[in-house]
Amino acid sequence: MSAAVQREWQRFTPAERIGRGIIYIVAVVAVIWSLRSIEVIPEFLYDAPEQTADLFRRMWPFDWGFYPKAIHDSLIETLHIATLGTILALFLALPLSFLAARNFTKNPVLNFIAQFIFVSSRSVNSLIWALLFVAIFGPGALSGVLSIAFRSIGFVGKLFGEALEEAQRGPIEALTAAGAPRSMLLIKGYWPQVEPAFWSVALLRWDINIRESAVLGLVGAGGIGVALDAALNNLYWDQVGLILAVIFAVVIVTEIVTSTIRSRIL
Amino acid sequence: MSTAAPTTRPPAFPVNWPSRIAWIGLALYTIYATSILQLTWARFVAGMDNAAKFFDRMFPPNMAADKLELIYTGMVESVQIAVLATFFGVLLSMPLGLMAARNLSPGWLAWSSRGLIAVLRSFHPVIVSILFVKAVGFGALAGVMALIVSSMGFVSKLFAEVVEEMNPKQVEAVRATGASFWNVLIMAVFPQVMARFIGLTVYQLDSNLRNSTMVGIVGGGGIGAPLFTAYQRFDYDVVLTILLIIIAIIMAMEMVSGRIRRIFQ
Amino acid sequence: MTAVLSIRHLRKEYRPGQPVLKDITLDIDARGVTAIIGPSGTGKSTLIRCINRLVDPTAGEILFEGQDLAKLSGQTLRMARRRIGMVFQEYNLVERLSVIENVLSGRLGYVPAWRALLRRFPAEDVARAFDLIDAVGLSQDFATRRADALSGGQRQRVGIARAIMQNPALVLADEPTSSLDPKTSVEIMGLMADLSEKRGVPIIINIHNVDLARRYAGRIIGMTGGEVVYDGAPEGLTDAHLKHIYGGEDFL
Repeated sequence: MSAAVQREWQRFTPAERIGRGIIYIVAVVAVIWSLRSIEVIPEFLYDAPEQTADLFRRMWPFDWGFYPKAIHDSLIETLHIATLGTILALFLALPLSFLAARNFTKNPVLNFIAQFIFVSSRSVNSLIWALLFVAIFGPGALSGVLSIAFRSIGFVGKLFGEALEEAQRGPIEALTAAGAPRSMLLIKGYWPQVEPAFWSVALLRWDINIRESAVLGLVGAGGIGVALDAALNNLYWDQVGLILAVIFAVVIVTEIVTSTIRSRIL
Repeated sequence: MSTAAPTTRPPAFPVNWPSRIAWIGLALYTIYATSILQLTWARFVAGMDNAAKFFDRMFPPNMAADKLELIYTGMVESVQIAVLATFFGVLLSMPLGLMAARNLSPGWLAWSSRGLIAVLRSFHPVIVSILFVKAVGFGALAGVMALIVSSMGFVSKLFAEVVEEMNPKQVEAVRATGASFWNVLIMAVFPQVMARFIGLTVYQLDSNLRNSTMVGIVGGGGIGAPLFTAYQRFDYDVVLTILLIIIAIIMAMEMVSGRIRRIFQ
Repeated sequence: MTAVLSIRHLRKEYRPGQPVLKDITLDIDARGVTAIIGPSGTGKSTLIRCINRLVDPTAGEILFEGQDLAKLSGQTLRMARRRIGMVFQEYNLVERLSVIENVLSGRLGYVPAWRALLRRFPAEDVARAFDLIDAVGLSQDFATRRADALSGGQRQRVGIARAIMQNPALVLADEPTSSLDPKTSVEIMGLMADLSEKRGVPIIINIHNVDLARRYAGRIIGMTGGEVVYDGAPEGLTDAHLKHIYGGEDFL
């Protein structure tokens, strides 16, 4: 055996250490810089506990009578906006995902275009999309549905595209070797593999969209946000409290439903 | 192999009822909801005319120096809001996540922590911003606090899951060597959870950056305010500039976060 | 005996100047089992995959049913592939589909898209699929089971059924037994040899187990370094030949 060599165990290579070091330093600098620049008006801060207590005092008891006339219909409308928006997004994102998946579409230009559409869709908040659509189509549920849809395309596209890229090559190879046309590779080769991921992503996004749809009304895009906006403007805090409680209840129920279904599918 | 006609063959393609019901249900629902919301093609087409005028006002994007300066300040503030919200949000999520982990903490504590996390997650950051604006006034502080709340809702839940999925054997193995509690933590627990934790943090930074662009619409600071102001004044060319900058920054952030995740893998 | 497949001067370089297949010229008869043996990396798998163009050859001709497969592309390549079945080492079934759907996917090159989409395959195809499930040694109630519920040996049987479902003029098998235990390997090799004989379909098997090759093949092709160094009956395969093919005596 050769002479014993002095060996040091290092967890990371020098390059990795430098990389990690830089990131830590940048993170610390960023936090300090942000802390110094944030405007905090001390009077407001001291006042905060009192303001918060005041807020809760005004909210409770809820204005229960407010429910039937104003809230119920807009709540249903919110649910429709969320669901239709999700369905529309799935419909649009699905073909784009196939374009974005590098194992299915070999053309890098198409891959890039699809990915770019997804990133842009994700970068703009549904609230901001709502601003745009309200300016074009006017206030109402149409703008809401489009906002939800356009925001969700990026989310669905990215996750579903990743599921496609992780599909096993083997079965696809076998179908190619048997002379199956491309459409069949898609339907009988890729789709059976990614179908669970599709439903999982769809349910996840629907859950998130319920939350998002509730606030679109603040800028006029329909749903319960409209009632919330009115109540806030009039400072009817007890109505605000009721609306928030209703939103909370719906979100919790939706979450339970979607997690149950998702745990069954996966 | 017999050539007699087989008598006991199962049907080749038994109907998958859950799947079939799901697809039919979706189709029926779409038709129903579209008519209830009165989403007719006519309305859509009518909007196209408006859309043309709208795009006309948007292009070309407004690059005037004073506007750009305003946008720059606003964007910087949004980034700062995102950084602080992520930092404090993740910091606070660690104890909360540990408390919510059913394999580490007693039943009642885990249960109530999970309940708290559920509440934190249920409200949209915009709604939480409105409440914080009432409590601490307009400005970035309200935005930061609102995003801390939403970050905690997300990160603690996932962190709790990471802790719950931790492999107990590795912890046992290190314990069996007689290591102290802290050493066990460092050598067995942290390596398993660290990579995912960094991933969560980076993801949350990304998410907070997206959200910080809109809390300003309700008074929470950042670029949302100039965006909304320009919007209400019909200065759509300024709106376009802001949107393009937001998209560019978020794209850059996505690339950076991908790199960071790989370095820490 | 007419050749079903004629390979002329086939050459494949993954990297320029480093050919994996050097100059392969072979004729495959329209009957019988041909085994290709040789060490890993010697191009056996590449050769098999060049035939149905899962890998594109750098140079040479592959003559099959009156066409040069090396020159086909698009629709014509697809139609030619329908006539060649393939069995894979990792079975390559679509795991979430049922056994019978996997077997019927051998017909995807033949049925129109709407039929496959709605699962309304022609009745005689479905009947044949059931017969094939039977012929590969699986009972009828396997038909509606999901492929991922099957063992390795059972999955390979389905893979074989899928290949035969194409009614092919030739079947290729790329290390079909390498993921199976010894007993199952023997069963699968026996099954393939049996089907080849009964249905008159020639099979080319890429295999690294020399004993199995000797037992079931009518012709053995030994490759090393990208070239054919033995081509003949299993009886003629001596230790000297094996030493040449595999290099070194350790494995004997």
